[in-house]
Amino acid sequence: MEAVVSTPTPATGNADLVRVSDLRVRFVTKETTVYAVNGVDFSLAPGEVLGILGESGCGKTVTLRALIRLLPEDRAQVSGRVVVGDNDMLRLPKRELQSVRGGTIAMIFQEPMTALDPVYTVGYQIAETIIRHEGCSWREADVRALDLFEQVQVPSPKRRLNSYPHELSGGLRQRAMIALALSCRPSVLLADEPTTALDATVQIQILLLLRELQKELGMGVIFVTHDMGVAGEISDRLAIMYAGRLVETGPVTQVMRAPLHPYTAGLLSSTVHGSMRGQRLQAIEGAPPNLEKLPDACSFVPRCPHVRDACREGVPEPVQAAPERMARCIRVNPA
Amino acid sequence: MAEVATLRPGAEAEVPIGAIDARGYWSTVAYRLSQDPVTIAFGVVLILIFLAAILAPVLAPHDPYKANMTMRLAVIGTPSYMLGGDELGRDMLSRLLYGARVSLFMGLTPVFLALLIGGSLGVTAGFLGGKVNMGIMRVMDVFYAFPTVLLAIGLTGALGAGSRNLLIAITVILSPPIARVAESVTTQVRAFDFVEAARASGADTFTIIRVHVLSNVLGPILIYTTSLVSVSIIISAGLSFLGFGVTPPTADWGLMLATLRTTIWVNPYVAVLPGLMIFITSMCFNLLSDGMRNAMDMRF
Amino acid sequence: MTDGSSPGAAATAARQRIDPFLEVRGLKKYFPVKGGVLNRTIANVQAVDDVSFDVAKGETLGIVGESGCGKSTTARLLMRLIEPDSGTVHFDGRLIGADNGIPIREMRRQVQMVFQDSYSSLNARLPVEETVAFGPIVHGIPRPEARERARRLLYDVGLDASRFMKRYPHELSGGQRQRVNVARALALQPRILILDEAVSALDKSVEAQVLNLLLDLKQEYDLTYVFISHDLNVVQYVSDRVLVMYLGQVVEIGPVDEIYANPRHPYTRALLSSRPSMDPELRITEPPLSGDPPNPINPPSGCRFHTRCAFANEVCARASPVLSTFGDDTRHEIACHMLSPGSGHPDAPAPS
Repeated sequence: MEAVVSTPTPATGNADLVRVSDLRVRFVTKETTVYAVNGVDFSLAPGEVLGILGESGCGKTVTLRALIRLLPEDRAQVSGRVVVGDNDMLRLPKRELQSVRGGTIAMIFQEPMTALDPVYTVGYQIAETIIRHEGCSWREADVRALDLFEQVQVPSPKRRLNSYPHELSGGLRQRAMIALALSCRPSVLLADEPTTALDATVQIQILLLLRELQKELGMGVIFVTHDMGVAGEISDRLAIMYAGRLVETGPVTQVMRAPLHPYTAGLLSSTVHGSMRGQRLQAIEGAPPNLEKLPDACSFVPRCPHVRDACREGVPEPVQAAPERMARCIRVNPA
Repeated sequence: MAEVATLRPGAEAEVPIGAIDARGYWSTVAYRLSQDPVTIAFGVVLILIFLAAILAPVLAPHDPYKANMTMRLAVIGTPSYMLGGDELGRDMLSRLLYGARVSLFMGLTPVFLALLIGGSLGVTAGFLGGKVNMGIMRVMDVFYAFPTVLLAIGLTGALGAGSRNLLIAITVILSPPIARVAESVTTQVRAFDFVEAARASGADTFTIIRVHVLSNVLGPILIYTTSLVSVSIIISAGLSFLGFGVTPPTADWGLMLATLRTTIWVNPYVAVLPGLMIFITSMCFNLLSDGMRNAMDMRF
Repeated sequence: MTDGSSPGAAATAARQRIDPFLEVRGLKKYFPVKGGVLNRTIANVQAVDDVSFDVAKGETLGIVGESGCGKSTTARLLMRLIEPDSGTVHFDGRLIGADNGIPIREMRRQVQMVFQDSYSSLNARLPVEETVAFGPIVHGIPRPEARERARRLLYDVGLDASRFMKRYPHELSGGQRQRVNVARALALQPRILILDEAVSALDKSVEAQVLNLLLDLKQEYDLTYVFISHDLNVVQYVSDRVLVMYLGQVVEIGPVDEIYANPRHPYTRALLSSRPSMDPELRITEPPLSGDPPNPINPPSGCRFHTRCAFANEVCARASPVLSTFGDDTRHEIACHMLSPGSGHPDAPAPS
C-alpha cells in the first residue's frame, strides 16, 4: 500500500528498472541492534537519475548496498523486496547474483581504492571483468577497455590502462572506477558519494561526466550524496532520507525550490551558499536520532520547528502532495 | 534551571549516538570483563593460586624442607601427606605451596621489570620517532637475533646461576618484544590530532606522554605483557630445571620437576604435579590476556 | 623588546599601531621525499613556497584551495607544529621564536587551533572536561580553577556542562565533539583561532550550527580567525578577506566581496565556477577546468597554474608571476602575467 503511494511515477508501472518496497535493514550485534533502514519504498525508471540525499547515518549508503546485496550477511538482517530488472535481488542465489552484479547493476564508491585492486593494472582489471562476464577473448576485452577509457575521458588512455591504481590521481582513479563499473553495460548504476572525496574542480568534472554517460547509455542511476548542491547538479528526482526513512521525494527542482518536509527545508537553509553573508544561518537544531531506539513517532520531532501533538502519535504515513511528490509529514495536505 | 534557559542554542537538544551514560574506558573494560564468565573463572583460579602462595605458611601442613625417610615417594592420598612425598620424603603439598611463591615471583618479577624497561623504551622510541627510534629499536632487534631460551641460558651461564641472575636474564629477553609492541602502538597514537592539539597547548613531551599517550597505549601493552607471564614462568621453570636458576633445596616448581624426573617411573602422579601447576598457571595468564583483549576491543 | 627610551621608540610605537596582528613573510616548507637504497632525499614536496600575508586584528582571513595546495601546512607552520624552512611570522609585532620576540610557548597560548577531525583531535580516554582543562593546567593554572574554566567554556559553546563534562568523546555526536574542540582551543584565552577545515567533516545541518557558534564566539571573545577550508561557500560566508592558494603559493588575495564578485586570477575564477549552482535549472554545462591539480612534488615551472590554464602562454611556463596589486584596489593582489604590464603575455596591458 505504502509502495504505491510513495512511488511518484506510477505511469511507468511495470517498466520500472528498480523497484524497492518496504526495505528494512537492521544490524544486530551482541550488544545492540541498529535500525538503519526502516521501510523504504521507491522506484527508478529507465534513464532516470534518482538522488538520495541525507546526512551521515541516515541509512542512504546502507540502502544502496542492500540493493546490490553488499551488506555483511552475518550482521545485517534485510527484509522487504528489491527488484532490479527481472531479478528479485534479495532472494537471488549467490551464483546468479554474481552475473547480475556488474552485468545489470554496478556500483561506484567514494573511495576508488576500495574498488580497485592495488596489485593489478587498471586495464587488466577492466579486461578481466569483461571476460568474466562476456567470455570474450583478451584481445577483444583490451579493445573494449580502451574504448571505455576514452569514454570516461581519460587523457592518453593507452598509457593509463597500464597504470596501477596508486599511480593515478584522484580524478583519474575515479574515472577508472567508472570505466570498470560500465565495463559490462549495466542498466543501473549505483553511485555512493563518488565525488565527495574530490577537489571542487575535479568534482564538477566527474559530475558532468556521469551526467553525459548516463544520457549516452540510457542508464538508470541512483546517486547517494550528503550535498544538496551535488544532488541538484545531477538528479532528475530527489529522495530525502532521515533516520532510515524517505521523508520526501519529488522532482529535483520542485523539492529544492519548495520543500514540503521541514527537514528538507532545514537542510536547504543550513546549506551555506553565496547570498547568505551577514545573515544568521537557519540551522536545524540538534543532531540525528539514535538508531538503536527509534521512537514510534516522527523521528524529526526533537529537531522540528513545527511540532504538534499529533507528530508524536506514530510514524507519519507518506502523503501524496502532488502527482509526483511525497512527504512523510502530517502538515502536508494530500493533493 | 536558569542556566539551561540561557544556554546557547544548538547542542542541548542533541541526542548522542551510542551510549548515553558517561562511562570511562577502564570502567567499560571492567564491565565487559565482568560479563565474560570464562575469563572470570580463570581469574578466580589465578587468585586462588596467589592466595595459596601468600598463605603458604598457614596452609602448609608440614615444613617443606623437612625430609622424612618413611614418606619417600609416598603416593597421593597418603594420610597427612595428601599429595604424597618427594624423593626425600618431603611433603609435596607443602612444597607446591611454597614453590608457588618462588615460581610466581620468578615468573612475574621479570615481566614487571621488562614492562617498565621495554615499555618506556618503546614508548620513547615511538613518540620521538626519527633517529631515537632507529637507535632504540635496532638495539632491540639485536636481541631478536637469538632464540629466546638459548639467549637466557647464555646470559645465566655468563652471569652465573642463582635466582637474581635468572631474573636479570629473563628481564633482558622479555624487554625487546614489549618494546616493539609499545613502539608500534605509540607510533599509531602519535598520529592522532589530539597529540598535535596538546603540543599546540604548550605542553612538553613528558606531559603529553603522561596524559595523552600512556592512557591510550597502556591497554594494548598490558594485554601483551600478560600473555608473556606464562612464557616467563615456563622459561624460569625451565632454567631452574636445567640448573641455571633457583638452586636446591629451594622449593620451585621447575626445580621440583627436575629432581622428581628420575622417579617418574616409580611414582608418575607425584612427579607430574609441579608440571601440572606450571601448566595451569600459565594457561590462566594466557586466557586472562585473551579475555582482556576481547574486553578492550572497542572502537574507542 | 625594542620599546623603551631609545630615540626610535616613538617610531616603533607608531609602526606597531599600524602593524598587522599576524604578519607572515616568505614562509616556506619543503618536505623531503626519501627513497632509494640509501634512503636519500630524491625529491621535495613543495608544500608551502614563499607565502606572505597579513591578518588584521579582529578580521577573519579565509584560506581556500584544493588538496595539496598547502593550506593545512600553512596552519601548522603558523602554530609552529612544524618548523618552517625559511620565512618569518610576527605576532602582534613580535617575531615568533626569536630571542627578542615572542617565545613559541607564549605564542601558542595566544594562537590556538581547531582541527578538522573531531574524533582524532580528542583523546578518547579523557572526559571532555579534562580535555578542555588540559591546556590551562599545563600553563600552571590550579586544577580546580582550570576545571571551573572548562565547565564555563563547555557551557559557552552550547554544551550543558553538568550533563556533558564527564562524558567521553565516543558518547558525543560529531557536532558536539567539534564544540568541545572549540572549547579546548578557547581554554587558553587565545586572541587568534586557526580553524583548519573545522566544519568540513560535519553534516550540513550541524555545520550551520557550528558556524553560527563560531561567529558568536568571535564577537564575545574578540577573536581573530584564520579560517581554512576547501568549501568556497563557507569561506565566503565567514571571511572578511580571502586568500586563494594553488600548489603551495598564493595566487590571489583580497576582500571577500571583491574576490567573489570580481575574481581576477584564472584559477580563482575556475574554482568559483566549479561550485554547484544550487539550482537544477541553472546547471553547470562545461567543467571550468580539466584534469587534477598537479603533484606538489616537482610542481610546474613558472606560474604553477599554467598546465591547467586556458590562457597560458610561453611566458607563463618560463617566469613566476609576482603577487601584486593592479588598478585602484590596493587590497586586492593577484599573481598573474595577464595583468602585469610588460610581462610578455599577449593579453597583458602595455607598460605605461
